[in-house]
Order: sequence, then structure tokens, then C-alpha cells
Amino acid sequence: MRAKTKRKSTGTSDSDDPSTEPTALTNLWRIKKYLRPYRVRLGILWTLVLLNIISGLAIPPLVGRAIDGPIDDGDFSRLWPLVAVIGCLGAADALINLVRRYFQTTTAMAIEADLRAALYEHLQKLHTGFHDRWQTGQLLSRVTTDLGMIRRFFAGGLVFAITSIGMITIILAQLLWIEWRLALIAIASAIPLFLIGRAFFRDFLPAARAEQDQSGEVSSAAEESALGIRAIKALGRGPLMASRFDVEAKELRERGIRKSVIASRSWSAFGAIASAALGAVLVFGAILVANGQMTIGNLTAFIMLQLALLWPIEASGWVMAHGNEAMTAADRVYEVFDTEPAIQDRPGARAVERSDVNGELVFENVRFAFDDDPREILAGVDLTVRPGETVAIAGKTGSGKSTLVSLPSRLNDPTGGRITLDGTDIRDLQLASLRHVVTTAFEEATLFSMSVRENLALGRPGADEHDLEEAVRVAQAEFVYDLPYGLDTRIGEQGLSLSGGQRQRLALARAVVVKPAVLVLDDPLSALDVHTEELVERALAQVLQGTTALIVVHRPSTVALADRVALLHEGRIAAVGRHSELMESSPAYVDVLSAESEEVAA
Amino acid sequence: MVVQNDKHASWRGRSESAEADRTSAELEDEESIRQLRTASRKLLGSMMRPHKRSIWFLVGILTVQVLGSMSTPILVMFGIDHGIPAIADHGDYSVMIGVGIAFAAASIIEYVCVRLYIVQSSKVGNTMLYELRKRIFWKFQRLSVAFHERFTSGRVTARQSADMESIRELTENGVDDLVMAAMNVVTITVVMLVIDPLLAAVTLLTFPLMLMLGRWFSKVSAIAYRKARETVAVLIVYFVESMGGVRAVQAYRREDRDRELFSGLNTDNRFAQAKGHQQNAFMSGGMRGIGHLATVVLLLFGGWQVMQGNTEVGVLAAFLLYMKRFFDPLNELVQFYNVLQSATSALEKLSGVLDEEIDVPEPEAPQKIASPRGEIRFDGVGFHYREDQQVLPNLNLRIPGGQTVALVGATGAGKTTIAKLVSRFYDPREGSVSLDGVDLRDLSEADLRANVVMITQENFLFNGTIAENIELGMPGVSRERIVEAAKVVGAHEFIEALPDGYDTHVRKRGGRLSAGQRQLVVFARAFLADPRVLILDEATSSLDIPSERLVQRALRTILADRTAIIIAHRLSTVEIADRVLVLSQGVIEEDGTPDSLIESGGEYATLHRQWADSLV
Ligand SMILES: Nc1ncnc2c1ncn2[C@@H]1O[C@H](COP(=O)(O)OP(=O)(O)OP(=O)(O)O)[C@@H](O)[C@H]1O
Ligand SMILES: Nc1ncnc2c1ncn2[C@@H]1O[C@H](COP(=O)(O)OP(=O)(O)OP(=O)(O)O)[C@@H](O)[C@H]1O
Ligand SMILES: [Mg+2]
Ligand SMILES: [Mg+2]
Repeated sequence: MRAKTKRKSTGTSDSDDPSTEPTALTNLWRIKKYLRPYRVRLGILWTLVLLNIISGLAIPPLVGRAIDGPIDDGDFSRLWPLVAVIGCLGAADALINLVRRYFQTTTAMAIEADLRAALYEHLQKLHTGFHDRWQTGQLLSRVTTDLGMIRRFFAGGLVFAITSIGMITIILAQLLWIEWRLALIAIASAIPLFLIGRAFFRDFLPAARAEQDQSGEVSSAAEESALGIRAIKALGRGPLMASRFDVEAKELRERGIRKSVIASRSWSAFGAIASAALGAVLVFGAILVANGQMTIGNLTAFIMLQLALLWPIEASGWVMAHGNEAMTAADRVYEVFDTEPAIQDRPGARAVERSDVNGELVFENVRFAFDDDPREILAGVDLTVRPGETVAIAGKTGSGKSTLVSLPSRLNDPTGGRITLDGTDIRDLQLASLRHVVTTAFEEATLFSMSVRENLALGRPGADEHDLEEAVRVAQAEFVYDLPYGLDTRIGEQGLSLSGGQRQRLALARAVVVKPAVLVLDDPLSALDVHTEELVERALAQVLQGTTALIVVHRPSTVALADRVALLHEGRIAAVGRHSELMESSPAYVDVLSAESEEVAA
Repeated sequence: MVVQNDKHASWRGRSESAEADRTSAELEDEESIRQLRTASRKLLGSMMRPHKRSIWFLVGILTVQVLGSMSTPILVMFGIDHGIPAIADHGDYSVMIGVGIAFAAASIIEYVCVRLYIVQSSKVGNTMLYELRKRIFWKFQRLSVAFHERFTSGRVTARQSADMESIRELTENGVDDLVMAAMNVVTITVVMLVIDPLLAAVTLLTFPLMLMLGRWFSKVSAIAYRKARETVAVLIVYFVESMGGVRAVQAYRREDRDRELFSGLNTDNRFAQAKGHQQNAFMSGGMRGIGHLATVVLLLFGGWQVMQGNTEVGVLAAFLLYMKRFFDPLNELVQFYNVLQSATSALEKLSGVLDEEIDVPEPEAPQKIASPRGEIRFDGVGFHYREDQQVLPNLNLRIPGGQTVALVGATGAGKTTIAKLVSRFYDPREGSVSLDGVDLRDLSEADLRANVVMITQENFLFNGTIAENIELGMPGVSRERIVEAAKVVGAHEFIEALPDGYDTHVRKRGGRLSAGQRQLVVFARAFLADPRVLILDEATSSLDIPSERLVQRALRTILADRTAIIIAHRLSTVEIADRVLVLSQGVIEEDGTPDSLIESGGEYATLHRQWADSLV
């Protein structure tokens, strides 16, 4: 599977070699930060857990005493008070259990939700490079499955583990108190349990990690094939996608089974050792009883207590598995948390006000290369956009136009040189306020399956009806009023229930609504017919009058919007000037934008 | 759908039907809930059927295991009642040694059984999941574009991730305990009845209480878990979409609002999930209470019986031990009940998907096209997406094989819609679309796709390398053919310049390429597919003029003997067409060769003039 390994190695940035145990444990430990707000609740919870252990353990000795005392003696009048005590304790035990469970899940759910919100917030901040590289399915599996695992561990596994440890300790103490020689047998059985448990940790952790990663791959495959359903159907590649999915799903199955095989080695031993220990106790206990060194009642109580040990020990395999899964889950989650947003506020960055901005945008020897790509896309761009001026950027496919216009709003940061707004390096401005002043509309209309209004007001939640109307008019997007519920109509995912041109106009209107000081439009009219394009251009020209604008153009017709045109060629601005001037002075420009040469070629 | 339609209505917006987000089986009235139940049970049955043997084998192992662990109290009882007296009275250790050996044997049996069980059950469980995954995936692939449009990719993902996950959880750690507990109940009951019917009868009096509790829980929690499956799906839909559009979120500083909406959904989900678990807490407490009640009753009545001399102390002690053995696993099991309920709701959702009708169905008796010419006909085709908005009122059109037709018209005129009808993304509401005289509805999916390929307006690249993306046009072709296709459309040059050439990974949705480069890759893909009928929907909109020119030249040669429908706003593309159709609001206004239309001075002539003017 050449293709597949390729996809794996570069598809997601999470490495294939699962992290080692120590970091996994640390990462789980780091989650305590999210527990802090629930300190009081957790305190109450642990008190309840403790009470519950005590109430649960207090009963068997009483039962033993009832058998040994009143029942053996045949004294009913002494039996029922003892039973009444047992009954009361039982009721208390049940009640405490109820309250504890209730508290436990409520708190765990709250913590899970907090973690999810925090993870989401972090993801929002991460730069586009990160999002390009991570499949949505991988992120999704972290936000859902992994957090679920962590929650389940905190709500179930951990409490269970601690309850078990508490119970085991108390039971052992009781056992020691009843008959120390027998107790030693029970304690000795802990040694093999410990050894097996250690091996389990070593092997299970990587297996769990492998499975969780693969489950992210499967989600990614599912997501991509749903999002790309049109492309798949258009080519009839459903069966191919299914067979690719099959490969991923099969791998998931294999990894799941592998994990279980590892688990089976130790789980099976746990129960067996515990019950063998019980047998040994019975035999020796019987001998002690026969020799008169122990009463039958004591032996019964002893064995009953030890039986109570059986279940926690048998279940400890399961608990350990949960713990391991929670550890790998925490690892995967922290992989995201530990990725620093590449684009952040510099210390001392200041805010800019829309009203204070003049709008002079200057590129000074701007260089840019993508992280893992040696090619320098921009190799020293110098360009000045005067306040209120509209500059068009022209250039060949892949020449770096989109890259260039992504810089003013800091969707990417230049690797060399600087960009200034009214003389200030934009990196010295607070990111949020910068993006308030500079608005960028992309080549693809990124629409969300929400109401038209929500989509329009994306960059300016406070926009009123009038603002929206105005923007809709400029973008010639009046069709929105004809939708079944007008602006309240939900548009389909990615706006796919609209036509291509409708999507683009909506995206344009969205940028216009913001009324920024600097407006950046990347090829905003490519999906429009000639007639509509002209109408939009006319309306847009008015908006652009007071706005500094940078517009990527492909067609000569769109150039009309601009005061000047800059030609981006081989990473530099090769020529700047009015369209007509450049048509005469720059052969490269003619090559990119002239229709005449087309006739020649044809 | 409380979650979406009330509280968040304002931002989510309204859509035609309130049920838009669900499969048709997921309505909320009593009747459909019952149907869903049945369907999910059927689904479970069909999942298990192929593994009947393995499942019986597993049940066998579990039985042995339960019997093995059952023996513990019996051995204890036997040891106390017979082993000790034997030693005390006669110094006879043989009974006790026998008990010891039996204990050792029981431990070994337990070891083997548990180990075998875990491995086997994981095999069966994972295989069942795998088969289910495949079925669901394939079903989603077959469902129509219209379905996907309303269901959204997020929900498709939710069904295949979160819902699957809750079923996985069940197969992973619920079932055996459930079965064990059930067998426990049965065997312990039987053993108790055998040892002392009267004591057993009294103890069993507490069972109806347990049943009632279980009934109550499964009833209330079914509602809670159903809701929770939906809230998590909505959350995932939102997550997937906003992560897909994170660039826009950042560029428009929408983070705060976005977070607010997400956290609203997150909180909804939190409470919905917590609800079932909270109900479970009541069950857990209740079960414990019942367990203690049983002990109390047993002590009082059993103690009285012992005093009356009707039974022995050892029997009572064994009974008490059995009670513990009985309730301890049950108490822990209560938590798995959660998992079970959650998985049941997930199964319901999935069975809803599997039962969803495909509204662009495969024909039962597909017709063959002997030698495809590529003739396309629209006969009285009427089409609308929404009842109130006719997109194509009545379209009659014949495109002879080999003709290149350009479709022009204002945005929203219905050009893409025509293309989608030819690719059978939708079926016409009225009339028929046919290829070489065969109604598309009578053509098998494979035949249709072999003959008709469309490049959609959204250039979708898949996660993978450039070569893989081009290869999608014709899976399995050699690298040479891929390179050749790229050369033809003029993509070779830029691909070679990438760090890994054709093996460069394009990243999510092709994020590593520029818009024009993406378009070229998609173009190369379509060329490789080499169909009889090629539909290009705005296939050159993001290209610069030189690239477009190159593509144009390629098109000229390639389309010579092919049927092509070209949709374009740039009239330069139109010039290679044999025939131009001007579409306005779904009606063909003009039809003729480009030159004749320019001469006739109609709509096209105007457009052409405008366009020519714009070029200077
Ligand atoms: N995220 C990325 N990582 C690596 N390389 C990239 C990335 N995005 C773009 N590139 C590369 O950078 C170059 C410039 O891309 P850009 O999108 O800026 O081009 P463009 O001028 O906008 O082209 P078009 O006209 O096709 O939109 C291309 O060669 C592309 O392959
Ligand atoms: N999936 C859909 N659901 C509902 N309405 C739709 C859907 N797709 C398109 N429409 C509507 O149908 C009409 C025709 O759309 P179509 O995509 O065919 O236009 P078009 O001619 O291709 O326009 P463009 O040039 O802008 O791509 C538009 O009004 C559009 O809003
Ligand atoms: Mg671009
Ligand atoms: Mg279209």
C-alpha cells in the first residue's frame, strides 16, 4: 500500500510512534488544572466515597457476628436489634451511594465540557498551517472520544480504583485483625499481581494509542467522503472510497484485537490468582479451625471479607485498561494543547481603533516561505497602498497572490521584512483589533450552515438591518430576500444550497458589511457572469472610494476596480501602474492579463 | 429537536422542514420510536447472525466460567461443613485437601476461560463493528446528494464516530459482565433453591423490586440517551464545520461568537449526557438498597429457621455469601447499563440511516448502452429544489453525441442544475433525462459514471498526494498516464516544482495548493477519466489567462469526438463550443452556434459585447 503509507506519514502530524509511558502519565496529571474549579465538589465527592467504603465494609462483620452470636445461640431477641443496625447501615449505604454517583457524573460531565471548551478555544487560535495539516477527524476524535475516555476514567475508573485500594486496605486490616496468619497468605498473592500489572502497563499503552489514532483516521475518512460526496459521485468513485475506508476500518479492527490480546494476558491472571488465594486460605483456615485456633464464625467472616476482595481484584484489569486509555487520550489531547499558535500578540502590542486608521498599507521587502517548503513564495515584495487607494494584484496561477494578501490580516506572518499600517508594524498591533481594521475575503466563499443573517454578520455581529441591506445591495445579492425565510433561511453546509455565484456574492457582502479600513478581496468576482460582474463592480467602486483595498484579479474586467495594478512575478512586484500603462510597458503583464494574446495563441 | 429549533433558532436559521436534520425514521412520535426500536433490534440481529457460532462459543466459555466461579461458595461451604469436622473429629485431612485441589482447578479453569473469552469476544466484537462500519459507510455513499445536503457531513461523521464509539464501548466491556450477571442470577437462584427452597423463596421476594427498578431505568433513560445522541451530533456538526472554516472565523474575528455558540451546544450536550447518568445513580443506590434488604430479610428469617432447627448455620452462611456474590457484580453492572442504553440509542440512529430510502435509486433491471455515442436528451424536464421555486420549468433539449455545448446565463439561472441532472445527482421531478436513448434512471450507476463525468464548481481535493488525486479519474493507471494528463492541462510544471513533485501531499482539502493549481489538478483528473460525456462547471474560473489558454487548447483536441457541456462565465471558454445555449431562469432563450448568435444580436450578442469591452 504505497499510497496509504504516504498518506499516513504526512497526513497527520501526530507521529506514528506512540509516546512513552512517563509523558502519558504527566499529561493525565496535567488535567488537574481543569479539576481545580470543582475542588469543593470533589472534596465532598471523596468524602462520600470514603463514607461509602466504610458503610459497605461495616456490614459483613456485623453479619458474621449475627451468625456467631444470636443465631448460633438461638437467641432471637438479641438477633433483631443487630439486624436493625444492619438495616440502617444498609439504607445509609444505599443513600450515600446514590448521592455519590449523582455528584460524580455531574461533576465529571462538567469537567469534560470544560476541557472541550478549552480545547476548542485553543483550536480556534491555532494558525491555518496547523489546520491544513490535521484532518478534521483526528481533531474530532480528540474532542469527543478522547475527552470521553478521560471523563469515564475520572468518573468511573479512578473512583473505582481508589475505592478498591481503600477497600483492599481496610479489608486487609480486618483480615489481619481476625487472623494474621491467614492474612499473610492473602497479602502474598499481591506480589504476582503487581508483576503482571507492570507488564500490562508496558504493553497496553502503545496498543491503546495505536487504536485511538486509527479511530481518528477512520473518522477522517468518514468526514472527507461526506464532504467530498459530489466529487466522488461525479466520478463514480463510491466503491473506491469504500475500499479505502475498508482498509482503515480493517486496520482499526486489527488494532482493537491486538489491544485485547494484550489485555487478556493479565486480566485472566488477576481473577485466577485471587481465587487461588481464597482456596489456600480456606484450607489453612480449616486446619486452624480444626485445631481450635479459630472459630467457624471467624473463618466465615474472613472468607466473606476475602470474597469481597475478589471482585475489586478481578475488575482491576479493567480499571487499569481504563487508566491507560485515559492516559493515551490525555496525551493526544495535550498534543493539541501543546501546539503554540504561530501567530500571537507580541508583548506590548497595542490596540488600534477603526476611526484612528488612515489606511496606508506598506509592504517592505516582504519575504515569505511556508514552513516545510524551501521555496520562497515571496522574495522581497515592496508595495505601498496609499490611504483610500485600491490596488489590484495580478499574477500567474500559483505566483503567490493569495499568500501575499493573507499577510495584512496576519493569517500568515512574513518570514522576512515587514508590513506596516500607518507606519506601525502590524505585528505590534493587537491581533483582534488588527483584524477588526483589515478584513479579508478568500477565494472560496467559506459559508456556514447557519442563517443567512449569521453568515452576513460574521465579521460584525452588531450589524443592523440597514448595514446588511446596504452590503447585500453592493454585492448584488438580493436573491437572499427570495429565499423561503429571507435572511433567516438556513443555508446548506458550505452554502452548497446556493449557486456558485450566489455563494460568492454572499461572501463578498459579508466582507463589505464590516466596513473595514483595509479591505482585502481575493478574486472576488470569478464566479459571476459578465452582466452581474459589471453591476457588482459599479456598486463596489463606491464602497472602495474611502477604503484602502487590495484586490486579487484574474480578469481584465476586474482591473477596472483598481486605481493601480501591481504585477506579482517570481516573488516580487515586477511592475506597478495603471492598467493602460502596464499594457504598454510590461510584457509580463500583457502575458498575464491580455486577452489579445489569447487570440494570437488560438 | 428542542436543542436546535427553540433556543438557537436565531443563528441556525430556519430550514424547510423541521425534520431536516434527521433520517426519516427518526421522528419523535411514539409510533416511530417503537419502529426505531424494532429496527435497531433487527440491526443488532443482522450484525450478530454471521457470528452465531462464535457467539455460542463465547456463551459456552462464559457458562463454564460462571460455573467455575459458582463453585467457590460451594467449596467454602463444603470445607466448613465437612472438611473441618473431619479434621477436628478424626484428624482426616483428605476432604480438605480435596477442597484445595478443587480450588486450584477452579482457578485454572477461570484463567483459561477469561483469557479465551477476552480474545475471542474482541475478535467477534471488532469484526461486527467493522462490518457495521462498512455497511454504514457504503450506505452513506449510496444516499443521494440531496440527502447529504440536508444531513450535513458533520452528522455523517457523527454517526460514524461518536455513535460507533458508543457501540464499541459496549462490545468492549459491557456484554460479558451482563451475560455473567444474568447467568449468575440464574445459577445462584437454582443453587439456592436446591439448597433450601424455603430460604430461597424468601430471598427471591426482593427480585421483583429489582425488576421494577430496571424497568423504570430503561424507560426513562432511553429518552435521555436518545436526546444525548442528538446533542452530540449537533455538537459534532458544529465542530466539523467551524474547524473546516477556521480561516474565516479568524479573519472575521468571530472567535468569541463562535465560542459562545459552541459552548451553548457543549452545555446542552453536557446536561443531556448527564441526565441519563443521573438516573443511573438512582438505580445504583436502589440496587444497593435492595441488596441490603435481602441480607436483612435473610438474617431474620434464616436466623429464625436455624433456631428452629430447620436448617444449618453453614447453609445460612452460604446463602449470605451467595447474596454477596450476587449483588456485588450487579452493583458494578449498573454502570454498564449506561453503556448499554447509550449503545442502544446509537444503534437506533444507525438503523435509521440504514433504513433511509435512497431517493436516486439504482434500477432493478438496468439497461445497457451497447455503443455509447454520448447523446443527451432532456424531455419535458421540470425540476425544483424547493416547492415554491421552480428552477427548470420545462426543459427540452437534445445534445447529439460529440457536440460541445456551452451553457451561459446569469448566476442562479440553473446551469449547474442542468449539469447535476445529467450526472444524476438528482432525478427530475417531471420528464426524463436520457443518455443515448436510455433514461438515466434505467442505467446502472457504474455505467453512468463510466460515460458521464462532471467537474464540479467546488474543486474538491482529497487528503493524499497530487498523483493520488489525479489518479482518482482512473484508479490504477500508471504514473506515466498521470504525468501525461497533468501535462495536457498544463499542471506538470508547477507540480514538478513542488518539494516532492507528484508525491507532494496536498493536505486537507488541498490547502497546500493555490486555487488555480487545485483547479488544474481536478482538470487533470477529469481528463484521465476520459468519459464519453464531459461536463465542466466553471472549470477554469480561477485560472489566469495563460493557463486558461493552455487548457483551452487541450480542450479543443480532446473534445473533438466527445460530448461536452461547458459552463462558463468567461466567454473565451465558450468560443471552442459548437453550440451555445443561453439560459435565463431555467429557460433556454437562445440556441445556436456562437457566431450565429452574435450576428442575431440577441442576449448572447450583448453579453459578448460587454465581455469584449471588459477586456481592454
Ligand atoms: N499552505 C501551503 N503550504 C505550502 N505551500 C503552499 C501553501 N499554500 C500555497 N502554497 C504554494 O504557494 C504558492 C503560491 O500560492 P498562492 O495560493 O499564493 O497562489 P496564487 O497566486 O493565489 O494562485 P491562484 O491564482 O491560483 O490563486 C503555490 O505554489 C502553492 O503551491
Ligand atoms: N441544493 C440546492 N438547494 C436549494 N436550492 C438550490 C440548490 N442548488 C441550487 N439552488 C438554487 O437553484 C437556483 C439555480 O442554481 P444553479 O446552481 O443551477 O445556478 P447556476 O446557473 O449554476 O448559477 P452560478 O452561475 O451562480 O453557478 C439558484 O437560485 C439556487 O439558489
Ligand atoms: Mg489564489
Ligand atoms: Mg453554477
